[in-house]
Amino acid sequence: MLRFVLRRLLQMCVVVLVLSMLLFAWLRSLPGGPVSAILGERQTPERRAALEAALGLDQPLPVQYQKFLQRVVQGDFGVSTKVLPGEDALDVFFTRLPATIELAVLALLLAIVIGIPLGYFAARRAGSAVDTTTVIFSLIGVAVPVFFTAFLLKYFFAVEWNLLPVSGRQTTGIDATRVTGLFVLDGILTREWDAAWDALKHLILPALALATIPFAVIFRITRASVLDVLDEDYVRTAEAKGLSTAVIRSRHVLRNAMLPVLTTIGLQAGGLLAGAVLTETVFSYRGVGEALATSFREKDYAVLQVLILAAAVIYVVINLLVDIAYALIDPRIRTR
Amino acid sequence: MSPKRTLATWTTALLAVATLASCADSERDGGDGEGGGSEDAGTFIFGAAGAPEMFDPYYATDGETFRITRQMFEGLLGIEPGSAEVVPELATEWTPNEEGTEWTFTLRDDVTFHDGEPFNAEAVCANFERMFDQNEAGQVAAEYWGYVMGAYANDPENSLYQGCEATDEFEVVITISGPTSGFPTMLTLESLSMQSPKALEEGDANGIAAEGEGFSFPAYADAPVGTGPFTFGEFDEANGEITLERNDDYWGDTAKVSEIVFRVIPDESTRRQELEAGSINGYDLPNPVDWAGLEEDGNSVEVRDPFNILYLGLNPEANPKLKDLKVRQALYHALNREQLVQTQLPEGAAVATQFMPDTVSGYNTSLEPYAYDPDEAKRLLAEAGAEGMTLEFAYPTEVTRPYMPDPEKIYEALRTDLEAVGINVKVVTASWNGGYLDNVSGEPGKYDAYILGWTGDYDSAHNFIGTFFGNLKDNDFGTDVMPWGKQLADDLKAADAIVDEAERGAAFEEINRQIMEEYLPGLPISHSPPALVVGPGVEGVIPSPLTAEEFDTVTVGGE
Amino acid sequence: MSDPTEPAVAEDTRRPSYGQRRRDRIDALAQAGAVDDTPGVSLIRGAWLRLRRNPVFLTGATITLCFVVLAIIAPWIAPWDVTARPLLDEVRPQSNPVPGPQPGHPLGGDDRGRDLLSRLIVGSRQTLIVGVFATLFGLIGGVILGTIAGAVGGGVDSLVMRIVDVMLSIPSLLLAFTIASLARSPSQWTLIVSIAIIQIPIFARLLRGSMLAQRSSDHVLAARSLGVKRRAIVFRHMLPNSIGPVIVQATLSLAVAIIDAAALSFLGLGNPDQRQPEWGQMLGLAQRYISEAPHLAFYPAGCIIVVALGFTLMGESLREALDPKTRR
Repeated sequence: MLRFVLRRLLQMCVVVLVLSMLLFAWLRSLPGGPVSAILGERQTPERRAALEAALGLDQPLPVQYQKFLQRVVQGDFGVSTKVLPGEDALDVFFTRLPATIELAVLALLLAIVIGIPLGYFAARRAGSAVDTTTVIFSLIGVAVPVFFTAFLLKYFFAVEWNLLPVSGRQTTGIDATRVTGLFVLDGILTREWDAAWDALKHLILPALALATIPFAVIFRITRASVLDVLDEDYVRTAEAKGLSTAVIRSRHVLRNAMLPVLTTIGLQAGGLLAGAVLTETVFSYRGVGEALATSFREKDYAVLQVLILAAAVIYVVINLLVDIAYALIDPRIRTR
Repeated sequence: MSPKRTLATWTTALLAVATLASCADSERDGGDGEGGGSEDAGTFIFGAAGAPEMFDPYYATDGETFRITRQMFEGLLGIEPGSAEVVPELATEWTPNEEGTEWTFTLRDDVTFHDGEPFNAEAVCANFERMFDQNEAGQVAAEYWGYVMGAYANDPENSLYQGCEATDEFEVVITISGPTSGFPTMLTLESLSMQSPKALEEGDANGIAAEGEGFSFPAYADAPVGTGPFTFGEFDEANGEITLERNDDYWGDTAKVSEIVFRVIPDESTRRQELEAGSINGYDLPNPVDWAGLEEDGNSVEVRDPFNILYLGLNPEANPKLKDLKVRQALYHALNREQLVQTQLPEGAAVATQFMPDTVSGYNTSLEPYAYDPDEAKRLLAEAGAEGMTLEFAYPTEVTRPYMPDPEKIYEALRTDLEAVGINVKVVTASWNGGYLDNVSGEPGKYDAYILGWTGDYDSAHNFIGTFFGNLKDNDFGTDVMPWGKQLADDLKAADAIVDEAERGAAFEEINRQIMEEYLPGLPISHSPPALVVGPGVEGVIPSPLTAEEFDTVTVGGE
Repeated sequence: MSDPTEPAVAEDTRRPSYGQRRRDRIDALAQAGAVDDTPGVSLIRGAWLRLRRNPVFLTGATITLCFVVLAIIAPWIAPWDVTARPLLDEVRPQSNPVPGPQPGHPLGGDDRGRDLLSRLIVGSRQTLIVGVFATLFGLIGGVILGTIAGAVGGGVDSLVMRIVDVMLSIPSLLLAFTIASLARSPSQWTLIVSIAIIQIPIFARLLRGSMLAQRSSDHVLAARSLGVKRRAIVFRHMLPNSIGPVIVQATLSLAVAIIDAAALSFLGLGNPDQRQPEWGQMLGLAQRYISEAPHLAFYPAGCIIVVALGFTLMGESLREALDPKTRR
């Protein structure tokens, strides 16, 4: 087990290093860049050259990359030029991360709470009209672009009916104490219930929009997996033994069907990140996804690099955790 | 804050009469809103499009930053609210010597900085010396100083600024290398505001460093100290909010609101929705399409006088056919600018007859706009032997500017007109930061034609046409390959150095005539009024053509 | 089971790792083509018999058919030229940003006075082109990679599959976003290519899995024992028999391509040239009018959703029909 984890961690380091190199070279080969973003209409070749020289952008790429690595070793990932100018890019990431964690966790929770029971329900009645309807419904969820779902939710719930806030993370004027950066948790920890409630209200719509991605997958996997398990010999045996339905469901069907579902949930992380770029943009929600979109648009290379690398690291770590969890649940894997 | 607050929150939760959000507000305002029910009196919340760079206006370059620092800082000279006119601010009067090289400023004697330091002649000179004496990174970062003054302490020969001398406690003399129309008007620039010398010193204000692809700013940039009606509160990065508090010891009329909050909302349609939801009190540059709807909903759209120019730039270096005046005139006649202005630009926009708006001295009122005449365009093209010429015509994406609310739409209109007279337009595009500006201002520029514009920094003809054509070698119009390019640059320099205002105005008028009738280096399209919008109950916003609104006169009423 | 690559497959399918879920789906589909000993005809015929009675499939197929027909005849039935601006004089940025419905223009115009209905109709063609070419390029890339891996086997196979798995492990939209913003200036083709690239690993894995499954099937073994050359086996027996799963995947990919194209356009990475309207592009442009003229966004969005749903319904029911597990 330990060897397995270590090997995976080593692999991860190699992947991230290679990725950072590719990213570095690629970003700098693009036209435009931070210099254009800073100078605007005032740009002349002379000013451009001066700024490039000051920022070290005129040096050959390998030299720039070497300097970058040297700084990274000292924990300095470069300075943001547009997302949060003057701030260390890693700090930008850490400021934004709690927002996205909050959003992703809530979205995943929503997807699980709705997806698993619905999938189970559909599987129990496989082939019925209810089943077909829910399946088609989940496919509609796939066919509607996430940003459009977000638009609709915002348009109706926030703008037309004024039920929930339009954008952001917390209403201006709420005097909240920041502890972890997870606004809802902060509010609970400091017992500032109004702040927690307000932050939660800001989360609902983006989380709903984002939840459509994992929901469709979780629903389908649960359904398929429950269908498989229902067909397994041990369930039939249990039925034949005359065990009560409740026991069969909880002890045999659900537990065994959950294994693939669990994997799926872990693997949704990547999809959630991609969805977060779109959702957070629509809701001007200050998370990592919005920072990613902004840094792309404004050519904030330092932030962009950190965000993409961090996304890769998080993604790999989550997969690793899922693998470990999987190994713990399924002893067959442990022995291999 | 925590224990007291928690108790208070519990109490309010128990009472549970008003909504939770308003409770928090009334508490924080220390009584302002108490008993008033759900009103937000005392706080003006403004939706900003982006995060500020930092809070030291000297190094700042973008409007989002200036909008915030403008509330905290003042310059020697100010701008009359609602116009571009120069008025006294921290200096009450100023007089030049005969050559226009030594300027004596009389200062206000009743001003203190937010940190209690006195504002006097020494403080002024300390500020100028600080701005003049920059390290390598600072010289590049301080764009506006570089732009108006040309150089720094390590290269005094090329600097417009030559020195500052405190001749009395409240009198300074600033020496410049030669007369220019830009001085002292440039002292209205937000970047050249007065800051507390003590705070500058303590916060190591000049300790800027280039690091990787960006600048890292010293501690001072996060704790600025000025003389203005508001003082710096805090920047809540996680929630994207900047809070400024009222300066109760302000030398003039104290601000009407006790607090301004700038909330960062990058998406434009979201800003509008937030305004409608009542969670912000205003935002800048509403989409012209939304103006009518916003007004209907009880908001007021404050339209500024246009102080900008949109033009179609031509680059004879990239396409030699454009060297022919007839071709350039043909292109101009082909454009139906009247229709463009009416159908694509907001109300109050106007067809341009020259490269500057009419409020700037030096504007030539006798110039007539080139008429829309496709037949004449075709005739001129035929005459020049350029029928069916190919034109690589570019526009930027991912940007809106006050002079072009929607570049793509303006481009489409122009392109259709050009194609109608038989020009073969090759559509090129790049994102604003992603190569467009590089390609336009490269040497040589890459596009045959492009759309671009300019918003004036201050009331000066040289700030417009001088920027466009004054630098012969590096300009976007490739005038260095035209026979008249050098003449134009020299004329501009000469006109700029005229001390007498009337004489100078006349010289610029003549240059404007030549530019439009004899040279036509590019095609001025339009002036477009940028607006800002405030919600119901907000009064006292005075729209400024320079987009330099000060919010100390703003009041926020209840719903 | 003497195939050297076989253990790798077993390991892959049992231990979850990055992109496992996507891989499992692909692999399950890959098996579908190779189960029958007389593959091809009877399998497809059997599937067809089941599909004919499946309402989900019929709905999807009808939508898809209407869409394709519309896309083909679009220029002839669109009442107006898509670049003409017949309603331009009615456009006033403040009072009337978007001309409303009127005789001759049942849906009104867009912000430039162009006929909205015509642009929607003609937009179907560009949307189809983006979807088809993105899928086609992805398919070609996938066929090349998958065939090499599946046919050669050994070290080449491992290497190719490693690359494919890494690509599969990156969230597809994020990858497309990254590739599209790599382009010097966005165009229809950068859009197509960036979406095509995220399809390549899917098709590659599908084909390779399908070919591996056939490799041990009786007819390939028979052909091999008869001394038929490897190339001939690959091209005459293995590739044609993989067609079924590929068609299913292509149908699903079309839906994904259309949705992803819309998402990229929304983020400003779509085709900027409006002479060729495309639904994703129209939706992206409508953002600015979301408050005053939401219908500008709703029409193209509705079209995208319906068409994507059509492809998805069809693809999913095809998959089920081909999947031996659900064929009980």
